[in-house]
Amino acid sequence: MKEFVLIFRTNANPGFKPSEEQIQQMMTSWMAWMAGIETKGQMANRGTRLGISNAKVVMPGNVVTNGPFTEVKEFINGFIVVKTNSIDEAVKIAKECPMVKGGGGSVEVRTAVSSEDNS
Amino acid sequence: MAEQQLIPHLFRTEYSKLVAVLCKYFGIEHIGIAEDIASETFLSALETWTYKGIPENPVAWLYTVAKNKTKNQISRKHLFTEKIIPKIKYESSDIDRTEIDLSEKNITDSQLQMLFALCHPSISAEAQIGLSLRILCGFGIDEIANAFLSNKETINKRLFRAKETLRLNKVQIEFPSQTEINKRLETVLTTLYLLFNEGYYSESRTTILREDLCLEAMRLTYLLIDNESTNQPNVNALLALMCFHSSRFATRKNENGEIILYNDQDETLWDKELISKGIYFLKQSSQGNTISKYHLEASIAYWHTIKNDTKEKWENILQLYNHLLQIQYSPIAALNRTFAISKTYGKHEAILEAEKLQLTNNQYYFSLLGELYKDIDDKKAITNFEKAYLLAITQSEKQIIKKKIENLKN
Amino acid sequence: MEEFILIMRHEDGKKIASPEQMQIWMKQTMDWIGGIAAQNKFSSGTGLPFEDAKVVRPNNVVTNGPFGEIKETIGGYMIVKADSVEEAVEFAKGCPVLQGEGNSVEVRKIAKSDGVH
Repeated sequence: MKEFVLIFRTNANPGFKPSEEQIQQMMTSWMAWMAGIETKGQMANRGTRLGISNAKVVMPGNVVTNGPFTEVKEFINGFIVVKTNSIDEAVKIAKECPMVKGGGGSVEVRTAVSSEDNS
Repeated sequence: MAEQQLIPHLFRTEYSKLVAVLCKYFGIEHIGIAEDIASETFLSALETWTYKGIPENPVAWLYTVAKNKTKNQISRKHLFTEKIIPKIKYESSDIDRTEIDLSEKNITDSQLQMLFALCHPSISAEAQIGLSLRILCGFGIDEIANAFLSNKETINKRLFRAKETLRLNKVQIEFPSQTEINKRLETVLTTLYLLFNEGYYSESRTTILREDLCLEAMRLTYLLIDNESTNQPNVNALLALMCFHSSRFATRKNENGEIILYNDQDETLWDKELISKGIYFLKQSSQGNTISKYHLEASIAYWHTIKNDTKEKWENILQLYNHLLQIQYSPIAALNRTFAISKTYGKHEAILEAEKLQLTNNQYYFSLLGELYKDIDDKKAITNFEKAYLLAITQSEKQIIKKKIENLKN
Repeated sequence: MEEFILIMRHEDGKKIASPEQMQIWMKQTMDWIGGIAAQNKFSSGTGLPFEDAKVVRPNNVVTNGPFGEIKETIGGYMIVKADSVEEAVEFAKGCPVLQGEGNSVEVRKIAKSDGVH
């Protein structure tokens, strides 16, 4: 079993305010997707959403600007960590993510290496 | 006669009450014992009251005696199961029929099983450790209170509640299943680690070291290694750690019983056999692909068996502490890491790192700062050592700090 | 105490640095993390190798990753505990990745599960 980090990106306008219905729909599909991963025993870390206020970018020479990283058109919205046997299985999970199913964003899938991994 | 009449009256009323209470105490499956105790209690009454007269409060007397008999039964039972039989039938008639196996293997198995039984998930981790220390290791309540930096009343309450929970859950004295073992092993290892540390750093007794506690911890850890289902990498790492530390037993104290610091120890007196045993277990622990905090601590202890101050030694120690702190933070590890920084990057770098720690309630924090400022800013060094002196608890530690301050003032 | 994620972005160090430099860089990173852990401010962290990366987009479109331009590639992240974003930024300033000119560390506050950012 290896761990893979799923990074969610969206290019939605950060000021976008969804309606109650939309919020309900988003929540329902996200929770269903997360629950699916949990029941299959594939969830390693439920991760988190990343806030937009109180974000900074630090560059060489101690240069600090307000974030998120603005050179990237799509900014990071959150992440989770899953555990599967291969990256293909992780990609399979990612395909079902509401971010790409009906949303306008993307999911980056990266292999995770942790300091406890001795293999 | 008045007494004879009293007891049957009492018997009818109090017998069923007593049995109900004792049954709750032992568990419903041990109603035989509950009845035995009740009967024995009335027998005692018959013997005593006929000579001494009926007490002022007969019911209270009966309950007190019943409680005492129960206590005796329990300590007898523990001795029995710990040393002699892994499974015991409590109905007294069956005891004679039971085969009493006194083989070495059975005694060993029983102790291991007891260790696992006491480290049971239904009670808190602290209670598991306290119970093991009490029952398996014969620690007094004082010593347990000391190890937890707590007080007697708290410990007594904790142990009492823990025993209750074990009884209520009808915990058996047997090996947990393979899936359970790995979970329970963590707590068992923590208990053994604590036991070893109590012997190694002991403050609650007159002697600084209690070799027999350390040896007991090592013996029990070795039992785990000797058993296939519990012979796991982290267990081997723990035993390696214990071997490395114990190798310095002979040199940690001088004739007056005062602590000798690492730098002043005579390394020719370090036990080379224990060191090579430690290396053996460290090698064993590197099989498999997980690293536990014990692996890291054992590796650090390994480097300390080489007294020479080489760059390689301290760079390795620094990286090991970097890793250890990610797995489990502790103030002592943070301080030791800072010391390693001074050895690899120099005192100035170490002072910068140390100032970030802000462990202002910790005497060792100020001692470390004192050491780091020595020869750089002796005034600051003295101030820090003075703060350490105020926070130090034992006489021997205060002496050491005092000497350092005096040396600086000259 | 809040949690902040430090996202490290850098060009693929392996393509440019020699094994010697890689070793030094690794040691620096471990020292940096160790320093934060010693202050009891370390939550978790992981490196993200550049190989075996994918990007999934709508309509089941899957391409090889990592995501974005080389300069923006995420090399790893660390979660720290801090009382303010300024404190987290101070941690970020010590990251060895910043020795490379085009590299950066993004600092984001971690939303609590009560939904308040």
